Amino acid sequence: MSIVVAGLVKNFGDFRALDHVSVEARAGELTALLGPSGSGKTTLLRIIAGLEFADAGTVGLEGEDTTDKGVRERQVGFVFQHYALFRHMTIFENIAFGLRVRKRPREEVEERVRELLRLIQLEKLDGRYPSELSGGQRQRVALARALAARPKVLLLDEPFGALDAKVRKELRRWLRRLHDEIHVTSLFVTHDQEEALEVADRVVVMNRGRIEQVGAPAEVYRHPANRFVAGFIGEGNFVEGRVVAVADGWARLDTPFGTLVASAGTTPPAVGANVSACIRPEAIRFDAAPAGAPNVLHGRLCRTVYQGEVAQHELALATAASGAPVEWKAFELNPVVGTDRAGEEVTFWMTPENVILV
Amino acid sequence: MKPGEGSSVAVRPRAGAGWVVRWGLIGFTVAFMGVFILVPVVNIFWQAFSGGLGKYAQAFYVSPPLPGVEGAEADKLADLAENAAQNRAAIGMTLFVAAIVVPLNALFGIAAAWWTTKFKVRGQSLLLTLIDVPFSVSPVIAGLVFVLLFGAQGYLRGPLQDLGNSWGQTLFLGGLVRGLVYTGTHIIFNWPGVVLATCFVTFPFVARELIPVLQAQGSDEEQAAVSLGANGWQMFYRVTLVNIKWGLIYGVILCNARAMGEFGAVNVVSGNVRGANVTVPLRIQQLYEDFNLPGAFALATLLAALAVVTLILKAVLEKRVEKAT
Repeated sequence: MSIVVAGLVKNFGDFRALDHVSVEARAGELTALLGPSGSGKTTLLRIIAGLEFADAGTVGLEGEDTTDKGVRERQVGFVFQHYALFRHMTIFENIAFGLRVRKRPREEVEERVRELLRLIQLEKLDGRYPSELSGGQRQRVALARALAARPKVLLLDEPFGALDAKVRKELRRWLRRLHDEIHVTSLFVTHDQEEALEVADRVVVMNRGRIEQVGAPAEVYRHPANRFVAGFIGEGNFVEGRVVAVADGWARLDTPFGTLVASAGTTPPAVGANVSACIRPEAIRFDAAPAGAPNVLHGRLCRTVYQGEVAQHELALATAASGAPVEWKAFELNPVVGTDRAGEEVTFWMTPENVILV
Repeated sequence: MKPGEGSSVAVRPRAGAGWVVRWGLIGFTVAFMGVFILVPVVNIFWQAFSGGLGKYAQAFYVSPPLPGVEGAEADKLADLAENAAQNRAAIGMTLFVAAIVVPLNALFGIAAAWWTTKFKVRGQSLLLTLIDVPFSVSPVIAGLVFVLLFGAQGYLRGPLQDLGNSWGQTLFLGGLVRGLVYTGTHIIFNWPGVVLATCFVTFPFVARELIPVLQAQGSDEEQAAVSLGANGWQMFYRVTLVNIKWGLIYGVILCNARAMGEFGAVNVVSGNVRGANVTVPLRIQQLYEDFNLPGAFALATLLAALAVVTLILKAVLEKRVEKAT
């Protein structure tokens, strides 16, 4: 029961919300559409649902072309960011709605709704109204309502966006467990990279109406396809350089900070090519580098923000050519920061696999 | 802030000037309402019942003199019976007009409110402005416009006749149009004119009430309903209509009160012919001109009672509408 879209184009006036988007959400998987606001992810989701129609391109659900079908015929479950529960119906009636409009027998409705109430752990609240529930409970009801008529696919539009941070974390873990239980093909929109990495089987990164990268969470984080993905998912320090040698899966780069050794990745760059390398702030190490280790750099601590489990450092790196120092970000786990260390000269290093070519 | 939650604390007057302003304003308001609202309403009932319950009842029913009985007594009785019959006809006419106008305007109001809030279409602001026209035009002018359009020398009379002729052979509607124009049954100085004029004067009430309610609710629930497999009618009936229920009833009640009480526009189009097309407000004027004050006030009690009931329902419903939005 996969979702396949091909060549989708959608314009709102002069604004191109989707620019020839082709992507697949695999059957039984939980796929995240991740991107900044205005990247077209919600538009894509709404077109898949049939709530909006594309100017060009096709939408296929489970191998069937549904491009011109209305939302009623597509049998999708849609969960809205602001729940959109029916305010005048009880929780029971909300969940039963999809079955009632399909004129299912009374016993079947009763049985299915009870089953879903158990699934979302709100069995006791079946007689309440949406206004009497907390945000997290409402979103669980919205999810149950979308699942009631056994949709082919489940589409969620920023499902945790309207919740506070703590509830959001609980609920996304719950959604992941739920998905492991019911395995319905799901696609959810989020702008929160942490959420996408934690919950999804695969992540589709979007920007400006285009798809930048599709891959497993570790893949998009460890091997970002380009600078946008590297910068949007997690944080990155970028350095420009020229490839001087490639061997054994490593690439030697000539950079303004001296020579760096980077992971060459699956498609090694050509010698002489100009490349960018990304170094994650958490990959920077302040312990003593082993003798002969590559990628040892020097800098000065500009500022340190202490956050308990982690300290965020801002480092100023002097370049070989005379010019303004470059600022890098570094995270130090379990930091020992008691005194003001601003201005301190530090030496730090990172392993070659943490210097990622993008 | 809810009323009384903190306002009394915030504006609590210090002794002295504050006290004077507070009670001065309250006194002025109460006196004003007393003179302009309470006294006239009480007066209506006072005048209507001043001759006793029997006299009051005579405005609505008097049994005519038995056949064969003659004389001054019998003539007077016949007059009273005729009077009462005309009063009853006026009540019937008012109910009849309201029964047509209120459902029509409820439908129109829902359609207009739906169209202007759920869709983004060009010309919306124009429609919103047009909906308000009846509020800004004097009802007498509205009545005159209808006379100009549909009257004996009206602009639309010729086209309507042509329409009747061309459709007359085949279509029921053609027959209806022809019937209205030819057979002496006209729109103006007849009940269709009264219905048209009343429709015009009352059409903003439901729409104006529903537009803010629909706007506040957005279209999320409708989208959810459709995504769950509801068809257009199920979506409207099970979701939208239930959500706007109280606003709709509220609008209908206001619309009804105005439809039953309308004087100016109806006065122009009805022709004010005795015994024909006369609604309660018109009949009250006729009685008043005949120096039949007890009769006029007796009928006026009906409109006053309608107003009181409307006010009570309005107060109850306003809370419900607030809750729903």
